Amino acid sequence: MAASPPILSRRRYRIQRAGFAALLMATLVTVVPIILIVALILWRGAPAISLEFLTQPPRQGMREGGILPAILGTLWLTLGTGVLAVPFGVAAAIYLAEYAPESRWTRTIRVAIISLAGIPSVVYGLFGLGLFVLFLGFGTSILAGSFTLAIMTLPVIISTAEEALRSVPQSFRVVSISLGGTQWQTIRRIVLPEALPGILTGVILGLERAAGETAPILFTAAAFFLPRLPTSPLDATMALPYHLFVISTQVPGMPIRLQYGTAAVLLVFVLGMNILATVVRSRARARRQW
Amino acid sequence: MRGIAWTEYLITRWIRVSGYSAILFVLLIFGFLLREGSPALVQIPPSSLLGVRWYPIEDHFGILPLLGGSVVVTIGAMLVGVPLGITTAVYIAEVSPRSVREILKPLVEVLAGLPSVMLGFLGIILLAPSLRRLLDLPTGLSALTGALLLGGIAIPTIVSVAEDALDAVPRTYREAAMALGATRWQTIWRVTLPAARSGVLTAVMLGIARVIGETMTVMMVTGNAPVMPSGLQSLFRPVRTMTATIAAEMGEVANGSVHYHALFLIGVTLFLISLVINLIAAAVVFRKQTRAERVLS
Repeated sequence: MAASPPILSRRRYRIQRAGFAALLMATLVTVVPIILIVALILWRGAPAISLEFLTQPPRQGMREGGILPAILGTLWLTLGTGVLAVPFGVAAAIYLAEYAPESRWTRTIRVAIISLAGIPSVVYGLFGLGLFVLFLGFGTSILAGSFTLAIMTLPVIISTAEEALRSVPQSFRVVSISLGGTQWQTIRRIVLPEALPGILTGVILGLERAAGETAPILFTAAAFFLPRLPTSPLDATMALPYHLFVISTQVPGMPIRLQYGTAAVLLVFVLGMNILATVVRSRARARRQW
Repeated sequence: MRGIAWTEYLITRWIRVSGYSAILFVLLIFGFLLREGSPALVQIPPSSLLGVRWYPIEDHFGILPLLGGSVVVTIGAMLVGVPLGITTAVYIAEVSPRSVREILKPLVEVLAGLPSVMLGFLGIILLAPSLRRLLDLPTGLSALTGALLLGGIAIPTIVSVAEDALDAVPRTYREAAMALGATRWQTIWRVTLPAARSGVLTAVMLGIARVIGETMTVMMVTGNAPVMPSGLQSLFRPVRTMTATIAAEMGEVANGSVHYHALFLIGVTLFLISLVINLIAAAVVFRKQTRAERVLS
């Protein structure tokens, strides 16, 4: 059979070149703004960051001074979320990866996890207000905020941890069981250590999301302005994302320097967690021998 | 030995209970939303609830303008997010060399990690003023500003799900197309993308769900005017979404008031909308699996 005329063939490759160039352009339109946003916030925020900014409470109706209570508040909330969500989330992932039979109940659990992941963050806020703040009487507090954020983070932790557990080869389990290990001993000594970096990556990414969220803590934990530091889990607290919201919409005449400064601290916080997760993942990948 | 058996028993119990906890939490959330939201159905007459005015001070609790606001912003966001998200996914999965891919993927992940309040902040001080000047609008705080930013928020979701779907297309499909003389470009459009279409559809739906539920960015940049949107020009006017209404007003209402229950009722509506979208998306994935199993058997 005769080959297609070269003129047509060349045209096809011209179309391909143009097509690939268009795809690259679209990708750049997506990616370049991300770099610009990060660079802009760090560059404009850097001048505001000083020892005073990081270690002092706000003064003069938040127009001067620092953001220490907001930084600590976000740290406490993130820590509280981790303490509450990790034991539940990892255990649920172990159940799904190692114990759960292929049954209707297991499918229901998966549907429930998908549903949890899809619930809007402000609806979590409503739920937290209804259950933790009012019904259980925690009040607007770090505790109520942490519980709310923990339930929101749960689906992220469960699905990434399950994936990490499933990526451990089946032969590891078979060998351990054949040597007389019980199922739990196998999980604890063999499967969990191998899956740990993957689980850790998921936990960090989940907490990163929790640290940057505003809507779930709006009615459950956040205080508009609270210059003293929280002393108990039942205290309300300032938090970085909420503080950024407040000073960029609620306080007239706010110096833009402090707005960018707060945004930069928040960005360093979440970006730091993001980088940490990437490092944990790539180091584990490099070391893995299977 | 007995000690070990006991701890093992307890731990196994704990694991099982945690496994089922997800079901408990979904029921708990829905239960509490209903408990606090359902009184609104009794307290507010249906004519007010389905009206076109949301003005709680004068007892007008029409949800329609808020629903309309959410719809307008979501459509706008999808017009931005779907083309960019899918082309980026295609570029990452099918065209880019491995080294470029290793840079692009973490960058998109960074976008997913940016707090929405930060995008709202940039929207207020950069995007809204530029759009106002560029398009000569009375205010930059409009549905358009919200749609542009939310399009960006939807992109990481769309990219990662669509890219997974493209990755899952067997290599043999591509090899067969190329062996028949198709160029890589033709293979992408006529073979790979059609083969991955259910996954791409899932990506778009999860993107929609992500955008409808987004709160802080919309509240900060859309101007918050609960006006019933009508036609294309409402894209250039202030709107107010369901999420922003809850976030903006819940802090000011008295617990147990009609307004309080009405806000929870909006929460129930949002919960149901996102539940339906997510379940449909999940069903598409499940169906694809069963079809693949059938083909393989």
